[in-house]
Amino acid sequence: MAKKKFVVGCFDDEEVLFPAVSKVRKAGYKIHDVYTPFAVHGLDHALGLRETSLHTAGFIYGITGTSTALGCISWILAKDWPLNFGGKPHFALPAWIPITFELTVLFAAVGMVLTFCYLCQMAPFVKKHHFHARATDDLFVMVIECTEKTNAEDLKSFLASNGAVETDIQVAEEGWWLGRYDQDELPFENKQTVAA
Amino acid sequence: MHLKYESQLREPLVNGNKTYHQVTEDIVRPIEAKPSRLWYVGFYIAVAVLLFGVYSIYRDVTYGIGQWNLNKTVGWGWDITNFVWWVGIGHAGTLISAILLLFRQGWRTGVNRAAEAMTIFAVMCAGQFPIWHMGRVWMAFFVLPYPNTRGPLWVNFNSPLLWDVFAISTYFTVSLLFWYSGLLPDLATVRDRAFTKLRKRLYGVASFGWNGSTKHWQRHESLSLVLAGLSTPLVLSVHTIVSFDFATSVIPGWHTTIFPPYFVAGAIFSGFAMVQTLMVIIRKVFEMEDYITLGHIEAMNKVIVLTGSIVGIAYLTELFMGWYSQNKFEGYTFWYSRAYLFSPYGWSYWGMMACNVLSPQIFWFRKMRRNLFVTFFMSIIVNIGMWFERFVIIVTSLYRDYLPSSWSVYYSPTIWEIGFYAGTFGLFFTCFFLFAKYFPVIAIAEIKYVLKTTGESYKDKMGHLEHVAPEVFAHSGHGHTTVENDGASHS
Repeated sequence: MAKKKFVVGCFDDEEVLFPAVSKVRKAGYKIHDVYTPFAVHGLDHALGLRETSLHTAGFIYGITGTSTALGCISWILAKDWPLNFGGKPHFALPAWIPITFELTVLFAAVGMVLTFCYLCQMAPFVKKHHFHARATDDLFVMVIECTEKTNAEDLKSFLASNGAVETDIQVAEEGWWLGRYDQDELPFENKQTVAA
Repeated sequence: MHLKYESQLREPLVNGNKTYHQVTEDIVRPIEAKPSRLWYVGFYIAVAVLLFGVYSIYRDVTYGIGQWNLNKTVGWGWDITNFVWWVGIGHAGTLISAILLLFRQGWRTGVNRAAEAMTIFAVMCAGQFPIWHMGRVWMAFFVLPYPNTRGPLWVNFNSPLLWDVFAISTYFTVSLLFWYSGLLPDLATVRDRAFTKLRKRLYGVASFGWNGSTKHWQRHESLSLVLAGLSTPLVLSVHTIVSFDFATSVIPGWHTTIFPPYFVAGAIFSGFAMVQTLMVIIRKVFEMEDYITLGHIEAMNKVIVLTGSIVGIAYLTELFMGWYSQNKFEGYTFWYSRAYLFSPYGWSYWGMMACNVLSPQIFWFRKMRRNLFVTFFMSIIVNIGMWFERFVIIVTSLYRDYLPSSWSVYYSPTIWEIGFYAGTFGLFFTCFFLFAKYFPVIAIAEIKYVLKTTGESYKDKMGHLEHVAPEVFAHSGHGHTTVENDGASHS
């Protein structure tokens, strides 16, 4: 994937982050993403992201499970090989509720997790560029994509004036690739390169 | 917009003066430090016990189920007792992670990770019993409905034992997914601060490339919420189905409609007891008293006294119905085989009563709920009691059947039955020791999420908000910023 230029601003408090996000957006910059150590509620709306439809997918998977269970069991016990269990009807719907329910839950859960991983492009051995190693620790990292018109230095000082504790310009590849994390820089005071 | 403020009247969930970074440090420290001597001792003991269990199973497979003392009438003994016991223990993890999430109980964040891990390990242990009880275990796949050359001869979908197959395997899978998806951000935290190549690589693989993007967090929240919504009926259904193993039969003492709620309450009861056992140790050994506070311990003790009392009511209802139904066989089972102290297994019934119904009543007292020694001791007592409960249900209903000439042998386990049971403890603790060493035992990201509302030092600064009118919170739109700025100008 092509490399792009980004301006990175790190915030250490979500209370500073929110006004900064709206100011940066108002100024017309395109926020590539904000990387946060935990789910900051309302940040998705502040960034103008749309609601996720993951739960709708979950519902569809659930229905698939329900119909799979009912379809299979009724075909097996009423059509393919009808057996007489204690003189009860072959089509014994109440007795199938437990398994139908379990398969509904199973399909919904497995399907949703796989969809989640697909949408977020996450899997074992996947590597993505990290704009700041402390984004999973205590920094809220706002990343702005530069266009031809962007004056990166101006943007840096604009972010700093809005409360960014650290600013930076990075040329990075977005997206994901297969890779390892052991060449990364260390985040904290013991900043020697990764020990062998 | 959510409320960014919680009254000072509520006990803080995180003690001390913590920053986000400090939270990471505190929780990741045990992973990065060398394991203590105590860890090695515990781990090796667990592995040794596990190996004894493996040998017991080896005897069972090689020589057959005759290695156990199951007999003509007692066809289910320790094996199924242990199965139900372990499954029950598993339920607390899902209750904490799912049901308490839906009920917005903030205190779950301190204990949910370890409790979910406990669920997974407990279900793994539980699964061993029905599988090895099959005897010809190499035929175990016969319980799966797959097209085969024997007809195809399908499984009986009307049978509670098959429902169990589906329930337990679904429960295990969903719990695992829930647990692991919650772990991803925290594994990424461990990865990003790892200081050896191997560690970076392994946690890099395990964290699936998580980077904390806002969109990913949004999907992650949606995923957790829906998985919680799915797990809530799931956890109730699983133990309901386990109780159906008994309730759909015509054995006196089993054939009752009270079983599903009674089993579910009992499961939560024993599960919370096991969580307490583990938490009291973890918070001490890993110095996590600030995150698993006495408030957490107390909240769980409240659940224990509640569910223990529900179970107690169920016992009394059963006794009453044993008399009220005027059914000779029911009456005999409940009033002779169980409640009569000097009947062959009367001791187990009264052991159960003492451990499950009487002793937890101590938790009506706040001092006792907040006392660690009492908590730890009671957690063990409750689990002994809940083991007795399953033993009582299974053995006292079976040892005297409808044909008195079969009433011969007093059932007591062989060393290999005990060894098998001990082996599952080995499995459980081996897994738990590994988990505690290599995974964050507390959900780091979730603690950070609640830190500024419920952290002690943050709450202390919120005094000025105690007198703000509720309307300010209700109508402030993008609430937290306005309210907080408002407060700042006051102070």
